[in-house]
Amino acid sequence: MPDPANVVTILALLASVFFFVAGSVGLVRMPDTLTRIHSLTKADNIALGFIVVALLPQVGSVADAAKIVAVWVLVQVSSGAVAQLMGEVALAEQAMTPSRLDQPDHGRSADA
Amino acid sequence: MSVAFDAVLCLLVVLAAIRVVATTDLRAAVGGFLAYGMLLALVWVRLESVDIALTEVAVGSGLTTIVILRAISRMPVAASSSSGSSPTRSARVAVGLTCAVVTLGLSGVLLALPDPAPSIAPYVAQNMPATALGNPIAGVLMVFRAMDTVLETVVVLLALIGVWAMVPQHRLAEVPGPLAPGRAPEPVVFLARALVPFGLLFGAYQMWAGADVPGGKFQGAAVLASMGLLLMMAGVVTAPAATNVRLRALLLVGPILFLAVGVAGWPLAGAFLGYPAGLEKPVIIAVEVASTISIALALVMLVLGPPAGSASS
Amino acid sequence: MIGSTFFALAGAGLVGLGLYGVIMRENALHRILAFNILGGGIFLVFGFAARRGAGAGFAADPVPQALVITGVVVAFSATALATAIVVRLAAAQVEERDAAPHAKDDG
Repeated sequence: MPDPANVVTILALLASVFFFVAGSVGLVRMPDTLTRIHSLTKADNIALGFIVVALLPQVGSVADAAKIVAVWVLVQVSSGAVAQLMGEVALAEQAMTPSRLDQPDHGRSADA
Repeated sequence: MSVAFDAVLCLLVVLAAIRVVATTDLRAAVGGFLAYGMLLALVWVRLESVDIALTEVAVGSGLTTIVILRAISRMPVAASSSSGSSPTRSARVAVGLTCAVVTLGLSGVLLALPDPAPSIAPYVAQNMPATALGNPIAGVLMVFRAMDTVLETVVVLLALIGVWAMVPQHRLAEVPGPLAPGRAPEPVVFLARALVPFGLLFGAYQMWAGADVPGGKFQGAAVLASMGLLLMMAGVVTAPAATNVRLRALLLVGPILFLAVGVAGWPLAGAFLGYPAGLEKPVIIAVEVASTISIALALVMLVLGPPAGSASS
Repeated sequence: MIGSTFFALAGAGLVGLGLYGVIMRENALHRILAFNILGGGIFLVFGFAARRGAGAGFAADPVPQALVITGVVVAFSATALATAIVVRLAAAQVEERDAAPHAKDDG
């Protein structure tokens, strides 16, 4: 019977790898900056949460566990604010170039 | 298993560096440099040098990237006239071959280093109990090679004086240009409110804990400096002018205290930068606190740049 | 210690890359970035030497580590000063070029 702490760690790590890969695929495949920011922040934050879950069973004391969770909370706060900033800049850039959505058929005729 | 991880990590670092050097777009190079710095910090952790990792990620990667980005934004637009022709193919090959020879030669030397490796670690271990410190690197920085650290704090100050010397004397009283034009966006103000209390705590803790665990005054000062810069970006604090007397006093308090301790070491302990027996810990703490304040302020002013921005942007 | 050999080779590679960038890049700020990479490579060589010097209960020799920490801070100071000089130089060139059509004979 494998150690349950290690099982939880490995499962959570696999989940986080999946979400990191998903975020990176979104980064490459999404059409413009705003959607890319969306995919990055959502997927990567969940993936980081899974890494925190993976580390918690391996930690020796409550204080260390609290520190690891605090890292996750701080990353959430700062990445959320930074994503907002990038979104503002991307929106301003997009406003200067006509978007596909401005066309009468919402750009559907241009879809491949 | 960990060897594979190390190999992949090294590959990523070198790829990031290739990206920085090979691209012609400056902003892409800066992005690559940021990634390179973060990966390099991981390399330092793998090399069992956590103190260096902390310094690299804060100073070597974070603050350096900010300085370069700020310089890019302050460059006058019409100034970049490409100097004539781009380098010829033969020049590129020649330089590339030279660099490859340098790399191969260095690799050969590194792989042929004597075994067992010479090390000063036994001497450090022998003398650490006398320093009343737990972190051997703090012992080396503050006691065994305190001369280097004194000069390091002075070098930071000298670089700041050099940056301030970029404007003529009568313009020295002007405030450095803002970190970003216009009103601070809401997310930045939110970040300043949410992160700065923690950041100040972390910076102070890193300086304090550096005596026994990885940390130290440079790492703590870099965190404090970035919190100060965040406050300036949010418009909460205005950048001080170079002639501000309090700023100058705080910038000087670290180096002057360190040098005073050093000179006082002659009569009290028999050597420059010798610490009187039994008083090592309080003296080291006092010097570290003063130096952290000075270095943090110096780092902030170094990032802010010359007064009023010497480039008309 | 075989893992840390990769880091030594990476350091040598960074030195070569940084050197190439310092020589071949025309943009001064780009050169400063390459200079930082060159410095990083040299620090990695120090770190490799530190790791090899592990002993007496330390995982890495503390003295080269302290030297690298000093080096990182000094490299940052040099970068800050260098960028200030580069920006000032560019501004001076622009001023000189703008003043050229109306230049009097100042001697």
